[in-house]
Amino acid sequence: MKDKKFNKFNRKSLRHYEGLFYIAPWLVGFLLLQLYPFMASLYYSFTDFAMVGTPKWVGLANFVTIFTRDRDVWNSLKVTLIYVLIAVPLKLAFALFIAMLLNLKVKGIGIFRTVYYLPSILGGSVAIAVLWRFLFSRDGTINSMLSWFGIGPVGWLSSPKLALFTLSLLAVWQFGSSMVVFLSALKNVPAELYESARVDGATSVRCFWTITIPLITPTILFNMVMQLVSAFQEFTGAFVITGGGPMKATYLYILKIYDEAFKYYKMGYASALSWILFGIMMVFTLVIFRTSNLWVFYNDGGDSK
Amino acid sequence: MKRKIRRFLMYSFLILVGVVLLYPLVWMFLATFKTNAEIFGSSKFLPTQIRFDAYIEGWKNGGGAYSMGHFLANTFRIVIPAVFLTVISTTLVGYGFSRFDFPLKGILFAMMLSTLMLPGTVTMIPKYLVFNKLGWLDTYLPFIVPAALGNSAFLIYMVMQFIRGIPRELDESAKLDGCGSFGILIYLIVPLAKPALVSVVIFQSLFHWNDYFNSLLYINSSKKFPISLGLRLMLDSAGNNSWDQIMAMSVVAILPCLLLFAVAQKSFVEGVSTVGLKG
Repeated sequence: MKDKKFNKFNRKSLRHYEGLFYIAPWLVGFLLLQLYPFMASLYYSFTDFAMVGTPKWVGLANFVTIFTRDRDVWNSLKVTLIYVLIAVPLKLAFALFIAMLLNLKVKGIGIFRTVYYLPSILGGSVAIAVLWRFLFSRDGTINSMLSWFGIGPVGWLSSPKLALFTLSLLAVWQFGSSMVVFLSALKNVPAELYESARVDGATSVRCFWTITIPLITPTILFNMVMQLVSAFQEFTGAFVITGGGPMKATYLYILKIYDEAFKYYKMGYASALSWILFGIMMVFTLVIFRTSNLWVFYNDGGDSK
Repeated sequence: MKRKIRRFLMYSFLILVGVVLLYPLVWMFLATFKTNAEIFGSSKFLPTQIRFDAYIEGWKNGGGAYSMGHFLANTFRIVIPAVFLTVISTTLVGYGFSRFDFPLKGILFAMMLSTLMLPGTVTMIPKYLVFNKLGWLDTYLPFIVPAALGNSAFLIYMVMQFIRGIPRELDESAKLDGCGSFGILIYLIVPLAKPALVSVVIFQSLFHWNDYFNSLLYINSSKKFPISLGLRLMLDSAGNNSWDQIMAMSVVAILPCLLLFAVAQKSFVEGVSTVGLKG
């Protein structure tokens, strides 16, 4: 009798821990490959760790150097910020615009969607970076096409003013994944809303601003955060296409971290740099989330009016 | 009439956008048949003849001592185990989070979601140092072991959401038939969650195939280079006089992605949409 009860209890408690068994792989990975590195990099950022020897505590010295003596940092921050502010809005605006068009009961939508999505699956690869480097080089294809119209060779990648923009184009070229997400959000906007607005005599421009945009704001929020996170950490394009040049005009922040860590092995210094980027990204994300209740419309919250 | 003109304009615009987007890819493909002089000298779109020299030479030369085939094989050595293990780990973890109650579940789940926002840049240096200490640098273990440990919160979340959509009554009836929790996973959940798992396979294959940054960090002997590093090596060593070969090998490098996309296009695009919706 007692035995049976014990058994039952035991099985129940086993059942209680069963889930832990399934998530165990993630838990191990989380502790060893996320949490520990996260803490360790915070610690390293206050040391002079340089691969060899033991890390020595240097207090805020790394941060002082970053903000007062390292000129590259300010340049990299500026360049990265400009890149993010060009690439993300352009990409999202274009993705939304095309998604709107495709939502107008377009015939052959499947083909368009596939074609537009294609660059997204290839965009991050070295092959595409190589292609970009060639297309936009001084005697590359883009310039030879422009010469038909009598437009002289443009220094797409060799001019410090244009190079960053050319890199942003590579990001915009990959608008497809954001577009697909927008498209599925647009499909969920109830058609009755448009119909009743039409009856009331609203123009399509007005419908766009007062129905479509408010209803897909959660998706805009999602896309914006995802794109910001990836744009701040853009590496391959700049590394392969321009190598950070000309005159460090495309020396994105990650390139700077990469150089400090894996070229000069200044692990402590590079960790400090990475925490500054983390801080900036957190600020951006927090501002977006904090202000989101001003501009993001949630369906379940809106019902109770 | 006005409506017709409008539709015509819209289709023209959509087609124009498609042409502009595809132009670089088509151009690259055609350039592989051109001679180097043709690529630079003429602005003609079509090649004057069909020649495969660029493919043959580029494949043989690769970068330095190894052929492109070698780099391609290396890439498969990373992608196949990494994808396989990711599918297993994300399925287990997704199942655990969606079907069980256990101590600290809320906190652990919140932590998993928070790693979605954690930029890889912050953890990259200590991770590198750990792999270094374990002697894993210049092996494929830094790609394979994290995959076995469910390192993509994004994919776990996707699978989890999908499993949540499977009615729990099915679990109950399977239990009555004498299935244990692992049996339920294998015989019930996995077959029903196949679309989500296919998305995992595609996302991860593309990621590892195209991944440049991690390979750059962890692999340093050219014998072990995957295709991304191989291409870069070729670009650096060949310089300006063999763009035809570089383009040909770039086409070879993106071909597997294109094939995968062609085969699984439908479920892939749907996967992206559902993830977006859930987010």
